[in-house]
Amino acid sequence: MTLQHLTNRIQENFSTGFIKAVEWRGDLAVLITRDKLHDVAQFLHDDPAMDFDYIVHVSSVDWPDDEDRFEVVYEFYSIKKRHRIRLKTRVPESDCVVDSLTDLWKGADFMEREVYDMMGIRFRNHPDLRRILMPDDYTEGYPLRKDFPLRGKGWRDTFEFLDETVR
Amino acid sequence: MAFEDQRTTVYKVDPAHPESDTLPTLRTEELLLNMGPQHPSTHGVLKVILELEGERLVKSTPVMGFLHRGVEKLAEEGTYHQFIPHTDRLDYVCAMYNNFAYCRAVEKLMNITVPERAEYLRTIVAEVQRIIGHQFWLGTQALDIGAMTVFFYCFRDREILLDWFDELCGARLTTSWYRIGGIERDFTPSLLEKLKKFLDYFPPKIDEYVIFLEKNRIWLARTKGVAVISAEDAVNFGLSGPTLRGSGVDYDLRKYEPYAAYPKCEFSVPIGKNGDTYDRYWIRVMELYESVKIIRQCLEQMREGPIMADVPSVTLPPKERVFTNLESMIQQFKLFSQGFDAPPGEIYCGTEAHKGELGFYIVSTGGGKPYRLKIRAPSFIHMGAFDHMSRGYMIADAVTIFGTYDIVMGECDR
Repeated sequence: MTLQHLTNRIQENFSTGFIKAVEWRGDLAVLITRDKLHDVAQFLHDDPAMDFDYIVHVSSVDWPDDEDRFEVVYEFYSIKKRHRIRLKTRVPESDCVVDSLTDLWKGADFMEREVYDMMGIRFRNHPDLRRILMPDDYTEGYPLRKDFPLRGKGWRDTFEFLDETVR
Repeated sequence: MAFEDQRTTVYKVDPAHPESDTLPTLRTEELLLNMGPQHPSTHGVLKVILELEGERLVKSTPVMGFLHRGVEKLAEEGTYHQFIPHTDRLDYVCAMYNNFAYCRAVEKLMNITVPERAEYLRTIVAEVQRIIGHQFWLGTQALDIGAMTVFFYCFRDREILLDWFDELCGARLTTSWYRIGGIERDFTPSLLEKLKKFLDYFPPKIDEYVIFLEKNRIWLARTKGVAVISAEDAVNFGLSGPTLRGSGVDYDLRKYEPYAAYPKCEFSVPIGKNGDTYDRYWIRVMELYESVKIIRQCLEQMREGPIMADVPSVTLPPKERVFTNLESMIQQFKLFSQGFDAPPGEIYCGTEAHKGELGFYIVSTGGGKPYRLKIRAPSFIHMGAFDHMSRGYMIADAVTIFGTYDIVMGECDR
């Protein structure tokens, strides 16, 4: 199935949720509305012509100047059909919640936790949404947001160091 | 379940037991055990909270991030060229493959075709790195499980290749030999000769490793039927590499989305049957033979030619020209201080590293720095299946299951 066919099939089935599809460098990226994310993902997973059985990664991009600030990116692959798709959706900062896809791909569990940890996007119906890479008691916010400085917000300067030079 | 202790007293544990009413009651409770973060078999700093019922694992919760260095954040602050040394530190056991995966992703973003000779050299070095990775895995996994001898034999041969890397690029582990659009330098005749010598030397040594393990009863008992995952679950969890192929799924990006010189080489992808640790071990051993085969074919087919794509706006000039030619020096200076202007867009490019699919997702908004760079690290995704794969096994098997992923925490925590 070519990328054009994939786009058409999604567009046919989800006329309301479909926003746009971009094909660039051989990658197909489909942007959909947030409320349709789980439905489209279910369709991609279950439909025999689509058959996206493999989850590649879950990622997120921060666009601070946009109205819908965050972009959640899912990438799927079909081992049987050998095609690839990138599913994207946008969420505003005031309400950054999307439906979790852990019920379809169990591998999404850790990947979504990482997105939550790094970008602060919450996933509805996620079984165990906690920080995964940062410490549990980390309070400085979400490190991969664009307004987070590279050197952190001062937490690490509060660590106590043993001064080895003084004996 | 009726529980019988040594004094043959039967305690009441399960109310459904036929004699449940007459049995005395035994108090049972689950035991929580922290494994790590400083356990030698966790291959770095990883903590797993094990919930135990007797000696059986009921649930395990990995706690990660002890080695989190914010590599993805750092990527946003530097140019594309400057990120190459950072990729070494992801999977520090197999730095070459990280360089390779990253350079391929940037080449896809910039739409650069790499010259043929560079593709062959890249494939050769990547396969050498795969051999090193599998040797390292085999040695440490056997050591963790209780077969110590293999470790010394694996590391003896690994040293030869690390010294070869040393001669190739001046570093044994953090190599940074790949460049965007090509490679840093060509093989010298001495390197070629040493590699050919190694290819003759190595296959009998693989047999030697296998001899140590194939009749080792401890090894067999601790790998066969341990950490079994079905093909369906393995795909659903997003596992990749030998961990996925052990379950019988024929998924190898070298065949599925051929890159570099792989389409020109003949090699087979070993597939497991039972999805247990033993099958994954066997796949890795077979891949050692396949890697030798691929390197041999590449050495035969390789012809003289350029080793760097000729795209002056992106690729670096040859080093010897930088010191003698003003234009080349300006080009080098501009590329490292400002970077090249990447077109706005986003790409994902996956590469079959020896652990699994190592992918880079790059979002560019133009300019010299990536706007967002996401690393799909196989170790991290494999850890997501740890709980599922460990349930019902003995506490000692937890060590086997870490090992079966070939986990490296530098890559897992990034």
